[in-house]
Amino acid sequence: MIRTVLVANRGEIARRVFRACRRLGLGTVAVYSEADREAPHVRDADRAIAIGPAPARESYLDVARLLEAARASGADAIHPGYGFLSENWRFAEACRRAGLTFIGPSAEAIRRMGDKTEARRLMAGAGLPVLAGSAEPVADAGEVELIARDIGYPVILKAAAGGGGIGMARVGTPTELPGAFATATRRAQAAFGRGEVYVEKYLERARHIEVQVFGDAHGTLVHLHERECSIQRRHQKLVEESPAPHLPAATRQGLAAAAVVGARSIGYVNAGTMEFLVAEDGGFHFLEMNTRLQVEHPVTEEATGFDLVVEQLRVAAGERLAWRQEDIVQRRAALECRVYAEDPAKGFLPSPGRVERLALPSGDGIRIESGVEAGSVVSVHYDPLLFKLVAAGPTREAALDRMARALAGCVVEGVRTTIPFLRRVIESEAFREGRVHTQMIEQGAFNA
Amino acid sequence: MPEEIKAHITGVVYQVTAKPGDRVQAGDPVVVLESMKMEIPVEAPRAGAVQEIRVKEGQTVQEGDTIAVLA
Repeated sequence: MIRTVLVANRGEIARRVFRACRRLGLGTVAVYSEADREAPHVRDADRAIAIGPAPARESYLDVARLLEAARASGADAIHPGYGFLSENWRFAEACRRAGLTFIGPSAEAIRRMGDKTEARRLMAGAGLPVLAGSAEPVADAGEVELIARDIGYPVILKAAAGGGGIGMARVGTPTELPGAFATATRRAQAAFGRGEVYVEKYLERARHIEVQVFGDAHGTLVHLHERECSIQRRHQKLVEESPAPHLPAATRQGLAAAAVVGARSIGYVNAGTMEFLVAEDGGFHFLEMNTRLQVEHPVTEEATGFDLVVEQLRVAAGERLAWRQEDIVQRRAALECRVYAEDPAKGFLPSPGRVERLALPSGDGIRIESGVEAGSVVSVHYDPLLFKLVAAGPTREAALDRMARALAGCVVEGVRTTIPFLRRVIESEAFREGRVHTQMIEQGAFNA
Repeated sequence: MPEEIKAHITGVVYQVTAKPGDRVQAGDPVVVLESMKMEIPVEAPRAGAVQEIRVKEGQTVQEGDTIAVLA
């Protein structure tokens, strides 16, 4: 049983979880830093508790303060959202020890998949294809050079302790190696507290496609099909959609089957995402697993008609999954555009400030997940996501047209946003035709 | 002519990578700012000696603030 849920997060995702809680009649508790005192998510909850100063380390990342907020408010469950502590197994374990239900997978699953080299080994052991690379973190640039000589350039360096595209460095030639190694190590240390990196073959012109999986504590595990997420800057997604366009049927089925086998092999419970790279020839490779709700989960919800967050709450309370695999079909096409406070004309530099004016579109097939309103201050301390625009329709063309109109109908004044860039993506011939790969933005495919 | 190096973005000083007296080349980072989970270097616009650093790690700077002076 769960009665009251504390959301250890902010912005649009906190609001999204509160909405699901209300659907189930659960009580809600918001937490907020000093910078978020006036934030919309604070007003959305039944109760709100201040947890410290603006820097995340002293508030949204402070486990002791979050547990104290749960105790003080009488919450019996914690939803971590995404980012912050959502993939921190120690936090999940601390919740359990404090007698709180952690709405997500087990601490053990988070730990095993959070160690990205262990995840590669585990999934390879389960029979999933993984990219050539190092089985363990590499000691120095010299070791990377030996591996790269063997598997061939380009290669990519990744943080062993974390994913989400943070700290990744592509290495095209041996001369770039020492600098890239130093940068990747430093960024990994800063972001995850562990500087270890590993190396993988870098696939040119590959697509990033992921599969939503969902397990319950009674041994059932299903997939909710794929999401195409290739439109990325700095290895982070800007546009996602489901179904993935022009994916050969064999690849689509292969991805779903691999995702289910991989997640079952570790007894995965609750919502998770298996990420893959799909090569030009349709072959695919396991990249990593995100042991949490994804930013882009609404794409799957709109395509399948199922509410992932409601199901997260039900499954965390010990109930059986409400869905059978054969009932989960992509009934519609859905797209998501992430509107960030960033300046696309300046290489997506952050654009903090006050949102002076905000007008958001509405209409058939349009869904908005917003963490801000007119007057909101977009702080330098947090991720610059302002809102997510989701468009769905009976066909991909219908969803694309709705998205184009929705983007044209957005008014955001006071901060620069990714909207002009997103409009160029949605209107581009390459995107319309579904010819996408992960390097398009850096190669200037959508430049004005 | 001394030249002021200004922050091109609002952020928190994550790292001061040069100190007074250091020789820098055009494009060398003098300070690294952190804003919205990104690290953004503030680079020397030309070669020269660092005369003064006007910020400390952890300090918030606004776009246009002077963060250092090149001799």
